[in-house]
Amino acid sequence: MAFRETMELKYQEILKNYIKDQSETALYQGQKFSRKSIENQVTPEEIISLHKQLLEDMYPDLPKYVVHSFDILLEVILPYGVAYRENQSLRDQKRELRSEIEIAANVQQTLLETKVPVVDGLDIGAISVPAKHMNGDYYHFVQDENNSISIAIADVIGKGIPAALCMSMIKYAMDSPLENRPEPSSVLENLNRVVEQNVDPSMFISMFYGMYNHDRHIFSYASAGHEPGFFYDGKKDEFQEIHAKGLLLGIDKKTKYIQYEKQINQGDMIILLSDGVTECRTDEGFIEKEVLMTYIKKYADLSSQEIVTNIFKEFERRQNFQLRDDFTLIILKRDV
Amino acid sequence: MNIDIEIVEHNSVIKVSVRGEIDVYTAPKLREILFPLAEKENANIIVNLSDVIYMDSTGLGVFVGVFKSVRSNNGKFQLVGLSGRIKRLFEITGLAEIMDINSRMEGESL
Repeated sequence: MAFRETMELKYQEILKNYIKDQSETALYQGQKFSRKSIENQVTPEEIISLHKQLLEDMYPDLPKYVVHSFDILLEVILPYGVAYRENQSLRDQKRELRSEIEIAANVQQTLLETKVPVVDGLDIGAISVPAKHMNGDYYHFVQDENNSISIAIADVIGKGIPAALCMSMIKYAMDSPLENRPEPSSVLENLNRVVEQNVDPSMFISMFYGMYNHDRHIFSYASAGHEPGFFYDGKKDEFQEIHAKGLLLGIDKKTKYIQYEKQINQGDMIILLSDGVTECRTDEGFIEKEVLMTYIKKYADLSSQEIVTNIFKEFERRQNFQLRDDFTLIILKRDV
Repeated sequence: MNIDIEIVEHNSVIKVSVRGEIDVYTAPKLREILFPLAEKENANIIVNLSDVIYMDSTGLGVFVGVFKSVRSNNGKFQLVGLSGRIKRLFEITGLAEIMDINSRMEGESL
């Protein structure tokens, strides 16, 4: 290492200069030297040894007690050096972990990818943005042969990496063939058993599962403790909370879910969301549901994808671009 | 992002008062305090939330974990002093139907 080879000479020069005239410049040189030596992983005890040795060379008549005093200083400073090296290696580990998390987040994104289905007469828009690296919210679309689309929207209680890993498991449970007909209530009952058996007992999932039949325009749905969304009645220009009762997934394996149905008319909308939308905190307080409704009306003439994107931007701005919770919003609009 | 937790034990009833916010940052502290209490056989725990100004689903996760643990150890677990917003969280998630969240606090008028 180049620095190590020359550091003795450099330090000697700085020391001599300072002893000669106690100038600010020499002190500044000292600071620069110290930055360099940190960069090159020179330990504090090495510097003290060097200092002691140089003094003895420069002043052969140096009183013995001064020389001895350095031994104590060396002894005292030794643990600082150890602590410093520990810190250094933790910092390296942290950097390594962070890059692993980034990779994991990318893998998760690939694993959880879902395509928004394209269906005549139904305009679908979806957005999901994590507050941190990994998203605890999740949505999934399944298109059936029998002219229906299924939509799942879920939130893992407990955030971050464990939540994200858990979500990947749920997706695979959802994609694998189910014993029963894919009715929303039985899908939730099946998933509940999977979660109850496989997931850490302090982790739970809320999920709303809906199935839209685009022959009959009937939306059937069931909820496992998920934040209620809204129906928008186009004719009356009114919002109505989607009422669906049901316990979170993963609490009791015998839980039954009630299935509900709703006729969707032309101009109606189904709005599904996560609690990052309705429990959205800003410095001035919560963003109330009415605000969300106002935004939906404001952008109602745009496509569903544009509506959800615009609403996200409004919420992001209200939170000073610092999301506190994962944000997921899905809108289905019957346009024909 | 602050939380204060106070524990008083009286006649084998453990009263826990929580003050502040229960979110992703403070929930681990709450969990650390409540979980060992919940693991005791026949524990009787009352958690007072009347000074909690905010709670999100992370807090819910802590209480469900405590509830499950208390139930499997034949104990009793009550939450009291829930604000409207917090009560709503328990109602939406269906937890209000399996957990005791509606008892009144001692000394509270009817």
